[in-house]
Amino acid sequence: MSTTIAPQSGGSKERVRQDKSQLNWRQRRGQWDVKYSPYLYIAPFFIVFGVAGLFPIIYTAFISLQDWDLVRNSGEYIGFGQYNWVLHDREFWIALRNTFSIFLLSAIPQLVAATVIAAMLDQNLRARTLWRMGVLLPYVVAPVAVSLIFSNMFGDKFGLINTLLSDIGIDPILWHTDIIPSHIAIATMVNFRWTGYNALILLAAMQAIPRDLYEAAAIDGAKTVRRFFSVTIPQIRPTMIFVIITATIGGLQIFDEPRMYDQTGTGGANKQWLTITMYLYNIGWGKFNFGRAAAVAWLLFLIIIAITLMNNYLTRRFVSGEDAVKKSKKTSLKLTAKGGK
Amino acid sequence: MARRTRTSIGTGRPTPFVYAMLAVVLVGSMFPFYWSFLIGSGDASTIYSQNLSWWPGGNFLSNAQEAISNPAVNFWKALVNSIIVSTVTAASTVFLSTLAGFAFAKLRFKGSGPLLVAVIATMAVPVQLGVVPLYIAMSKLGWTGTLGAVIIPALVTAFGVFWMTQYLSQALPTELIEAARVDGCSMIRTFWHLGLTAARPAAAMLALFTFTTTWNNFFWPFIVLDQQNPTLPVALSLLQANYFVDYSLVLAGVLVATLPLLILFIFTGRQLVSGIMQGAVKG
Repeated sequence: MSTTIAPQSGGSKERVRQDKSQLNWRQRRGQWDVKYSPYLYIAPFFIVFGVAGLFPIIYTAFISLQDWDLVRNSGEYIGFGQYNWVLHDREFWIALRNTFSIFLLSAIPQLVAATVIAAMLDQNLRARTLWRMGVLLPYVVAPVAVSLIFSNMFGDKFGLINTLLSDIGIDPILWHTDIIPSHIAIATMVNFRWTGYNALILLAAMQAIPRDLYEAAAIDGAKTVRRFFSVTIPQIRPTMIFVIITATIGGLQIFDEPRMYDQTGTGGANKQWLTITMYLYNIGWGKFNFGRAAAVAWLLFLIIIAITLMNNYLTRRFVSGEDAVKKSKKTSLKLTAKGGK
Repeated sequence: MARRTRTSIGTGRPTPFVYAMLAVVLVGSMFPFYWSFLIGSGDASTIYSQNLSWWPGGNFLSNAQEAISNPAVNFWKALVNSIIVSTVTAASTVFLSTLAGFAFAKLRFKGSGPLLVAVIATMAVPVQLGVVPLYIAMSKLGWTGTLGAVIIPALVTAFGVFWMTQYLSQALPTELIEAARVDGCSMIRTFWHLGLTAARPAAAMLALFTFTTTWNNFFWPFIVLDQQNPTLPVALSLLQANYFVDYSLVLAGVLVATLPLLILFIFTGRQLVSGIMQGAVKG
């Protein structure tokens, strides 16, 4: 504050009010500055979020109850007809199945690989920064580019993977025809791009583990592998759950990779790799049915919320249970460490 | 990161086995680029040959040239557009996030706590689910096909505000602000001279992140832009639609389009690594 008016005597309310009215315009401007400029500074975020985030999501609910006319660019209220249509559409359920399948095929191997890579990076390596940069490299490549490269490597007839497989005597796999192989190929693209990124996040968590825990475990005779499972994994579990949650929110919205997996972008002849966001796009900008696309958007939103809440619930159970274990383990380890010394 | 010698799950220096495993990971993360170069430097028949040579051919530049000059792809326009969109988005996100972060971290005002919680809550809201009304709004305004339609919804992000709030609350001493105020500095000058200066390291990381994310963004630009005025990922998607047989051209084009970010990564990868790791500890 640039100015403060101290009540001279007694400090009665009458007096203060009088003093306040005697503030000159500079002082008053200073007061306003202190009081209102914070709101001015945070306003841009809330305006942008309101215009580009909140309003569209609410308006999506409104449009989803309408039969949208593209020529007039306005709609007509029809109730829950669009939701009804979508929920009775076979393609919606195929897309839901594919989305979950691709998500599981990417999330689980990715988490395991990222944890192992993080553990390897969490050592006294030479040229540490270079290794870290190396694992992060795929992250800067656009998913569209990754998809073009991998869809070529996973080619049905002349792809690299099938050539290698036939070299070791395995029959070629129809990556662009069969359901699960196409999901594996798309999950591989996701893993390629995100494993290193998540490894760095887990690495940061590993470096925050107090060193005395390892020392105590070593004194207790725990070997490397045992220390990894009994100290490292429990300690980084909250971060792992964070990684899982972000992977879920991103994974359920997957679009770029499956869209670019073949030339038509429709998710395969039998919708083998059609995902929900692709389904939304096809309805909205392929068939130009905005009301129906909005209904799909809200359904996807609800699914994401449900999964996130479920995650949260599981997290709380896990982490609180884990905390108790952690504390007791910590103290017991410390005690043994002291005893050992 | 603090420079310290220490042991964690292994004692002493890591074994050669660890180095070998990491080398395998590294090869895995680089191989797709080499594969693209291998195919992109051959000709249309390379991919179909029975005995693939692991040595690149000599046609990379001519393939790249042909992919770039394809009139349907609009490569140069896409490159310029991507630079404009990513730069403007990064600059505005950094500035507006620092401004809001300064207010949340260092200024006292009514409702600051709940408002910050609101910011964090919006991070969980997948903004792209509002694409239908956003598209309708853009087409009513006549903005579809223009870069503004891509830039405006991305001017500032919740992540950015959160990130700068976290950073400034520990990097900028409150006494410094009070001193400036006593000296008669207005709020905005205090922000300009103290807030922006203190925020510099975190701002650089945020800029890098925002730039990379925006550069790679596909879904919304694909919807709202048209083929005459694309960003690079949109142009790449047209590359495949045009050359669906000749992968040597497609992959040469992919590599050329990826080159700018690879160069950026070589110079700033270090900061990106430490940014991700710092964000993880705070998040």
